[in-house]
Amino acid sequence: MSDEKKIIDDAIDQEYKYGFVTDIEQETFPPGLDEEVIRKISAKKLEPGWLLDWRLKAYRHWKTMVEPTWSSVKYPTVDFQSISYFSAPKKKPELKSLDEVDPELLETYRKLGIPLEEQKIFAGVAVDAVFDSVSVTTTFKKELSNHGIIFCPLSEAVQNHPDLVKEYLGSVVPAADNFYAALNSAVFSEGSFVYIPKGVRCPMELSTYFRINALNTGQFERTLIIADEGSHVSYLEGCTAPMRDENQLHAAVVELVAHKDANIKYSTVQNWYPGDKEGKGGIYNFVTKRGICLDDNSKISWTQVETGSAITWKYPSVILKGDNSIGEFYSVALTNNYQQADTGTKMIHMGKNTKSTIISKGISAGKSQNAYRGEVKIMKGADNARNYSQCDSILIGDQCGAHTFPYIDVRNHTAKMEHEATTSKIGEEQIFYCNQRGISEEDAVSMIVNGFCKDVFQELPMEFAMEAQKLMEVSLEGSIG
Amino acid sequence: MMLKIKNLHASVGDKPILKGINLEVKAGEMHAIMGRNGSGKSTLTNIITGKEGYTITDGSIEYKGKSILDDSPEDRALNGIFQSFQYPVVIHGVNNTYFLRTAYNAKRKYLGQPELDAASFMKLIREKMKLVEMDRSYLKRSVNDGFSGGEKKRNEILQMVTLEPSLSILDETDSGLDIDALKIVANGVNNFRREDRSFIVITHYQRLLKYIEPDVVHVLMDGQIVKTGGKELALALEEKGYGWLDGDQL
Ligand SMILES: Nc1ncnc2c1ncn2[C@@H]1O[C@H](COP(=O)(O)OP(=O)(O)OP(=O)(O)O)[C@@H](O)[C@H]1O
Ligand SMILES: [Mg+2]
Repeated sequence: MSDEKKIIDDAIDQEYKYGFVTDIEQETFPPGLDEEVIRKISAKKLEPGWLLDWRLKAYRHWKTMVEPTWSSVKYPTVDFQSISYFSAPKKKPELKSLDEVDPELLETYRKLGIPLEEQKIFAGVAVDAVFDSVSVTTTFKKELSNHGIIFCPLSEAVQNHPDLVKEYLGSVVPAADNFYAALNSAVFSEGSFVYIPKGVRCPMELSTYFRINALNTGQFERTLIIADEGSHVSYLEGCTAPMRDENQLHAAVVELVAHKDANIKYSTVQNWYPGDKEGKGGIYNFVTKRGICLDDNSKISWTQVETGSAITWKYPSVILKGDNSIGEFYSVALTNNYQQADTGTKMIHMGKNTKSTIISKGISAGKSQNAYRGEVKIMKGADNARNYSQCDSILIGDQCGAHTFPYIDVRNHTAKMEHEATTSKIGEEQIFYCNQRGISEEDAVSMIVNGFCKDVFQELPMEFAMEAQKLMEVSLEGSIG
Repeated sequence: MMLKIKNLHASVGDKPILKGINLEVKAGEMHAIMGRNGSGKSTLTNIITGKEGYTITDGSIEYKGKSILDDSPEDRALNGIFQSFQYPVVIHGVNNTYFLRTAYNAKRKYLGQPELDAASFMKLIREKMKLVEMDRSYLKRSVNDGFSGGEKKRNEILQMVTLEPSLSILDETDSGLDIDALKIVANGVNNFRREDRSFIVITHYQRLLKYIEPDVVHVLMDGQIVKTGGKELALALEEKGYGWLDGDQL
């Protein structure tokens, strides 16, 4: 092994620091899935009949579906009967303030560096923390409600705002959309709900942290964000999980609805446990995220930094229905060791003068495989649609792979499409250049990689951009070789 | 003694490139190395600064009295060896100022000095930029990204005057410079000369040596230094080419 190779290896090698398990009393359903389990989940959450029916319908449909195999990821078949579909901290978290939260939980959040503490709260981040299947606390509710903003666990919204939930749930990602979305629709147990009223600019970042703690549970959260006419919201989700030898399933659904002139920015920093160096354990992250620009001049922007999970399978998409609407997708996906990522986006242009931008940066290290898969569809009525796509990959070492699968479907001749793609190896010359200026190999790699990701990082809210940079460094440790 | 190279033999794969280099550079001296394309000038530079990919089959390199052959490239750099690259690389998305500050602070850290914050560094760098008459707009751009050939070379010299090395090896820094830029770079180098700083200037042209006066001129041919002399040697080369030295070797 050459020196450089060794350093890349060392640099990628840093251990997952969120791998602790929280010792908290949990109520967990026994593994297995049938209609009875779904009824029990629904009953636990005191759900109205229509929602139970919706779940059951999704479940019955799911049973007729098969797991998709078209992506490039490889994994053993998931045994859906060995997973528990509900797990919650036992003390029922009906909390008024942070003081009432179980100190073990708070300690967990502290370890995660979640901005739950006062200082961060002053920084203006409203946090909904989802611990396994239950939302533990939503900070800042009061200030938000002064603006008429609803930001709460989805289960709470079902109770307090049933009309809104009923109107929009499944309106963007229908229950039968795909295998994992159907499963999620049947068993989803938590997630966040956001409603921004007409003309309101949400005064702070909204943020959710997801954590899978319990053994053999899946996490099936469901997030629904509705931005009414002329409103603006920026939302961030982060995720971590303990280190476990078994693979854990995470099948989430996120739905975004942007009305006329509304603007939704959705950022993800995904750091689920990626498995160990030999590829043992780690989260299977099978996620369906979709937004709809329902009306004119609306905008939806997805930014994701994906460094975790054993397998990532997600394609945050935008349906550009309103005229002049805008869809954006900015993505950094980093894979190391035996991680696999198959991620990208779908932009579906329906309205006139709609515009989409796709910037995807893939970084592969170790023995990992990293694929970009994206589709741009210009429908018949979408006059003067424009798309710009740029997909760049870099390889660190020579045992990893990068793949690009762009699909284009244009049914209107006025469309303007631009596509650029590059794949390169992280330059030995670049690293030597840095070394020659006294910069260590490790710092050089993280500097080069961060430079490579800059176009995406600058789309993240400030403090999370810093976090993302640090995450890249950590995830790359030991990759230089 | 700043640099002492004895009987240096090096190859790439099976191919010998340096075939017994002997070179001594004292503190404060300005050496020039000339020689045909492919004679081994850049290879010698890379081996001194520790680039990978070469096998040293014989000989030694001492810097300030100690062998550096086992030192990593960054240790050599931190100890004061600087290479102005013949082909400076582009690093997309990495801000030039940030890059330079990272390098500068790596050195401060190595010397046990506190790191410089962004504001103080800006002040420093503005002063340094005057030395090479570089426009401030370069600070905002990515490292060498979209820089013209001449701009890249000037940027190298900016790095040199900022990092303040003891031994600077300038590999064809004059190539690609227009006449004004050549004078500016030469000026930058001359002002940077000090009795405790040494230079090896690699060039194809006598023109540079008009502005930067060398103490010693070497001619490198097929991996060996075949001739060493004063600055008049450069003039002779310009006049006669390298052909007359081929005979010398026999
Ligand atoms: N990595 C390598 N693999 C194979 N050959 C190499 C390698 N590096 C250098 N060489 C060969 O070694 C010889 C010396 O190259 P070097 O770059 O040192 O020449 P130079 O004197 O700097 O030339 P120039 O004036 O053109 O810059 C050349 O024949 C070159 O092809
Ligand atoms: Mg050369």
